Amino acid sequence: MSAVLNAPFNVDVPVPPFRPGPVGTHITIRGLTKYFAGWPLYENFDLDIPKHKITSVFGPNGCGKSTLINMIAGLVPIDSGEILFDGKTLKDTKIGYVFQNYREALFPWMRTIDNIAYPLKLEGQSKAEVDRRMAELVASFDVKFDLNRYPYELSGGQQQTASIMRALAPNPEVLFLDEPFSALDFEMTLFIREKLQEVFMQTGTTMLLVSHDLEEAVYLADEVLLLTKRPTRVAEILPYTDARPRTIETLTEPSFIHAKKRSLEVFQREVRR
Amino acid sequence: MAAIPTSAGAPGAATTAWAPPAMDPVAGAPRQPVWDKVLPFIGPVVLFIVWDLVVRLGFIKAILLPPPLDALGALITGLAGGPLLQDFGMTVWRTVQAFLIAAIVGMPLGVLLGSSEKAYRSVEFLIDFFRSTPSSALIPLFLMIFGVSEINKVAIAAFGALLIVVFNSAYGVINARKQRVMAAKVMGASRWQVFKDVLIWESLQPSFVGLRSAVSMALVIVIVAEMFIGADSGLGNRIINSQQVMNVRDMYASILAAGALGYALNVLFLMLEKRIVHWSGR
Repeated sequence: MSAVLNAPFNVDVPVPPFRPGPVGTHITIRGLTKYFAGWPLYENFDLDIPKHKITSVFGPNGCGKSTLINMIAGLVPIDSGEILFDGKTLKDTKIGYVFQNYREALFPWMRTIDNIAYPLKLEGQSKAEVDRRMAELVASFDVKFDLNRYPYELSGGQQQTASIMRALAPNPEVLFLDEPFSALDFEMTLFIREKLQEVFMQTGTTMLLVSHDLEEAVYLADEVLLLTKRPTRVAEILPYTDARPRTIETLTEPSFIHAKKRSLEVFQREVRR
Repeated sequence: MAAIPTSAGAPGAATTAWAPPAMDPVAGAPRQPVWDKVLPFIGPVVLFIVWDLVVRLGFIKAILLPPPLDALGALITGLAGGPLLQDFGMTVWRTVQAFLIAAIVGMPLGVLLGSSEKAYRSVEFLIDFFRSTPSSALIPLFLMIFGVSEINKVAIAAFGALLIVVFNSAYGVINARKQRVMAAKVMGASRWQVFKDVLIWESLQPSFVGLRSAVSMALVIVIVAEMFIGADSGLGNRIINSQQVMNVRDMYASILAAGALGYALNVLFLMLEKRIVHWSGR
């Protein structure tokens, strides 16, 4: 009975026409809505993420930076809305994900090399193909530690390096990085930052980086996505266009300082609002 | 592996570094490790001395408590091909049978139940209830079902052990690190692949805790069953028989044998766990 009564309403709801992003957009997010404990975290949220660029996500505590990339990566279900990668759904898109907590992301029952090869085995690649790709990865990461060890036998930085190699092994279209440096010491942070930049320059993989360190967020970014407090909206998207490779010197360039200052201003404006 | 030599080397390095200011470095430094090795033997030795003194000084009549060397002698001669060995072997065999049934049925069952939280919640009360029920209280029930038979002793022990295995394996799967499951999912693993590549492995460590408790439980129930369910062999039977004829030497030897068996099984499973679940605690 009620099904019959409700049916016409469903038909009458107008479907908004899909608005594609500007040229060079990779990920389009339309009408994304997500409630947490009855409160809106994201409501009718739209965003375009550019292709072949690194986008850093930065915002106040609890605004759902990680939730945003987790929703895009399909780790957190969305309440409504649409997320497309070059017009495809997530199911048809290869992605890589690097977790903050590498200890609980790698599989300790597999040797490090098998961890890295795992996504390739999931794809059903032959041993020869896997071996070829592994050799490529080892060469491009210039790995100096023994990959035949178990992950728990490696240092934190080595484990996170392995996590990144695992995420990149299947040549993903998009690489998600959820605070990949926060569990690392400063030396390893610098090292992995450089590695990421190198990989990006080699492959141009679209990257989405969540960071709680503004300097790091700007340093790696082509675009800094600044979010508001919840319900979360886009506060501003600031481009940072200094040429790569960026180095320690970049950190003292006026253009870098300016970009960082601008980001900080927007951030503080949003925090005080 | 690499951590062991460094951590073992650290105290040694520290003592040599401290040697110059120390008064008598040569005598002071190496003595410490020797003492550390002796420590585990202090408890048993003290127990045997107290035991011996109590008997020698007549606090307890020798008819109730034999001198420790007599009991130990009976244990050694008994296990070196005497009748004690046969009973010992029988108890081991029954425990192994009960344990194998519990492990072979329990682990897959637990992992399956655990991988569907709804399925587990629906039988959780039953498992918890019977896990909390002393299995020995169910002996009369099992007597009705299986009669006074060999199967009965194994069946009741297997039942008690099974619940422990199921419970631990199921919880191992339920409490699997969510992030590892997510990591596998984001790499495109199917439900089945997540199950066989992540959940089963995650459950191994708690499963081993379950197996270790289960083998102890199986041994306890086998001994009790041997005592009270018309057995004509096994350590439990031997203990009760020697008690009836006041053969205390043999009784204590059998008790010590049962203790040694329980201890050895525990150590064996700890070693197996360390071998197989090599990542545990790291």
